Amino acid sequence: MSTNKEWPLYEVFIRSKQGLAHQHAGSLHAADAQMAVENARDVYTRRGEGLSIWVVPAAEITASSPDDKEVMFDPADSKVYRHPTFYDVPDEVECL
Amino acid sequence: MTAKPETAGGDEALFEYLLRLGDNALILGQRLGEWVSNGPTVELDIALGNQSLDLIGQARMLFDYAGRVEGKGRSEDDIAFLRDVLDFRNVLLVEQPNGDFGQTVIRQFLYGTYASALYERLSGSTDNELAGIAQKAVKEMAYHARHSGEWVVRLGDGTEESHGRVQAGLDFLWPYAHELFIADDIDRTMAERGIGIDPSDLKDDWLEVVTGVIGRATLTLPETNWVPDGGKQGRHTENLGYILSDLQFMQRAYPGAEW
Repeated sequence: MSTNKEWPLYEVFIRSKQGLAHQHAGSLHAADAQMAVENARDVYTRRGEGLSIWVVPAAEITASSPDDKEVMFDPADSKVYRHPTFYDVPDEVECL
Repeated sequence: MTAKPETAGGDEALFEYLLRLGDNALILGQRLGEWVSNGPTVELDIALGNQSLDLIGQARMLFDYAGRVEGKGRSEDDIAFLRDVLDFRNVLLVEQPNGDFGQTVIRQFLYGTYASALYERLSGSTDNELAGIAQKAVKEMAYHARHSGEWVVRLGDGTEESHGRVQAGLDFLWPYAHELFIADDIDRTMAERGIGIDPSDLKDDWLEVVTGVIGRATLTLPETNWVPDGGKQGRHTENLGYILSDLQFMQRAYPGAEW
């Protein structure tokens, strides 16, 4: 193709055979959403990785700012009581 | 090779029929492989490579089975790499040049639409092995038809330049598509035995699908009475020799080489 116009970026999410949730697989360029699904199929599922594909225009994603990292996430560091490590698990419990 | 069904020492009609299916897949797969590293975008480069490998996978299964039907101990590699132009049974459409991406997409759309309908029918073949191959191939070819069909619409109903290119591809390839539906004695024998089908049965549905997509793409079907054929009987265009010289070079230069 002779045009150099950039196609918009899409983020790709794949649900694998074992997985319950879609997971971020990567990103790619496509002219429209249908093309993005097909490109994702060819780029990210050709080794049998997927059962379902979501594509989302990258421009539609609202992200937290890297500058907010300390304010957003540091307060969680000192809250050890939020981790479930203060009680004994009975021996009979297997599937934990 | 003359067609003499059910002679001793192998089922020649079935062998011939499998070669036709396998050669279409191998040659189109080789053509698509020429795009690798040259695709319009990295995503399409991968998509064309995937489709190439789908086709070569089909060819492998068909040749492996053909070799056993023939009963002369030929392997899939012997059949792919050690036959010359006149022994190939692919239709002329699949050996036509890639041209630009528009032309490649038209070729894939015309062939893929045919092949997905063909393999859907062959999935019910009385020959269990062929039915099994067809059941795998039908999913692959249905995807090729969908993927290329969407590109025909995008390019045809796109810019002035993309429209012109894909129309030129259609004008060039359209005459070659008709060979897909010309039945000969081998086809009729296979259809009578319930193993294969008469390809002329597929034409009406094919034409309906193709006309619909061509219309959505704002393209025009060329009017021509020229219907080149003969590929199925081993009479090819000059293109096939060049394809085989790429495809077969290693086995010709280093017979039996493996890695």
